[in-house]
Amino acid sequence: MSFWEITRFLLDGFGVSCLIFAVTLLVSIPLGLPIAFCSMSRFKPLKLLSKVFVWIIRGVPLMLQIFIIYYVPGLVFDYQLFGNVDKYIFLKFGIDDAGRILAVLIAFAINYACYFSEIYRGGIESINRGQYEAGQVLGMTKGQIFRKVVLLQVIKRIVPPMSNEVITLIKDTALANCIMVSEIIKQANTLAATRALIWPLFYTGVFYLVFVGVLTLIFGQVEKKLSYFSS
Amino acid sequence: MALLEVRGFKKSFGATKVLKGIDFSLEKGQTLAIIGSSGSGKTTLLRCLNFLETPDEGKMYLDGRLFFDASDRKQTAGASVREKRLHFGLVFQNFNLFPQYSAFENLCLAPKLRARERPDFSSNRRNIYAEIEKKAEDLLKKVGLWDKKDAYPCQLSGGQQQRVAIARALAMSPDVLCFDEPTSALDPELTVEVLNVLRSLSRENMTMIVVTHEMAFAGEAADRVLFMDEGVVAYDGTAAEAFGVSCPCERLKAFIGSIEK
Repeated sequence: MSFWEITRFLLDGFGVSCLIFAVTLLVSIPLGLPIAFCSMSRFKPLKLLSKVFVWIIRGVPLMLQIFIIYYVPGLVFDYQLFGNVDKYIFLKFGIDDAGRILAVLIAFAINYACYFSEIYRGGIESINRGQYEAGQVLGMTKGQIFRKVVLLQVIKRIVPPMSNEVITLIKDTALANCIMVSEIIKQANTLAATRALIWPLFYTGVFYLVFVGVLTLIFGQVEKKLSYFSS
Repeated sequence: MALLEVRGFKKSFGATKVLKGIDFSLEKGQTLAIIGSSGSGKTTLLRCLNFLETPDEGKMYLDGRLFFDASDRKQTAGASVREKRLHFGLVFQNFNLFPQYSAFENLCLAPKLRARERPDFSSNRRNIYAEIEKKAEDLLKKVGLWDKKDAYPCQLSGGQQQRVAIARALAMSPDVLCFDEPTSALDPELTVEVLNVLRSLSRENMTMIVVTHEMAFAGEAADRVLFMDEGVVAYDGTAAEAFGVSCPCERLKAFIGSIEK
């Protein structure tokens, strides 16, 4: 295999990594918000439930969560949910791995939503109470205060910790490997196993580095955009 | 008839009784200075008037009509409180401007959001907004900051921020404008510019309640002085009497004496 063929082969895997990355963000960024609100709820049982949930999800390795999501339907309900999705999609569309990718996406989305929820909570709680009170005495509703006054200040504060998590996410996609999803590391391993080529495994690092480099630039731009005010 | 009448306001935080039955009334156009040592309940009283705290007991009359009654649970619920708040404005000790908006936008934000509730909003939006912006312009000119209209709060000095905050409160046209130690967070040289704004408002017969430690200001600009001591009104009278030699209240005399030293 030529260098370009190997690059293309790895790129196929990195496409899967990017897919997991993008869908996870798309789901977990909004999903974190209700979890954050539950954690801040004045209704004690809801708050407790949410805190315990976040504790479990953040306290258990993501790899284990992937295993649990993937195997539990078969073990508990005797129904190979993801395996069947895999087969169905493959027979219908000829696309590999769909069920397993779905399992990974569910595990990732829940996991990252919990991390994000804690970042959101920290951001929301760090806003000075005076901002809410100023909105209140000006006759604004709670929703207006949140959307028009607090939200952008929260966003400004959470951009640095969020960028950290997002950068971690692209590297975490390698965990999909554990249930044989053909992400980039799995592709490189395949080369090692079938063609006795080790260097592509190290070469995968370049893909991550370029991707993280672009992310860093984007987040830098966002931070710059929000630097016009200080709160 | 008094514009505002407060009867029997009581408020406790846990076991601490902060207000132990406050009565006072305020005529339209009057400036009332509330003075007293820290912990005497001045700020809590102001926050109760603006419904940031709900009094445990007490009634409030506005223009002679029962406006708030702590014993009526319905009156302390969300939507009705929001309506009531609009009769009062509050200027905070630390300004609390919205940092992501320019001075001008700080003035326009709440009135524009409020305008959405008008029945003629969708048909008349442009005129309504133009009106709000004209008023914001006038108010910024009044506090001498029209040239800073596009500045963000972080680009303004403390005194300028507080002047914007005053204009922002005025933009909602409150019946009574309250000030919670408006100059306490300011350097002495910046205090003057804020007090000058308060003086001119007082001359224009804005009805105001000012919690302050600036005795000179209270003596000269206030029509009346309320001296609070440990959760009660220890003195309620004219500024001239309060700061004069004939002040009947020994505790007030002692308090003024201790500050002037």
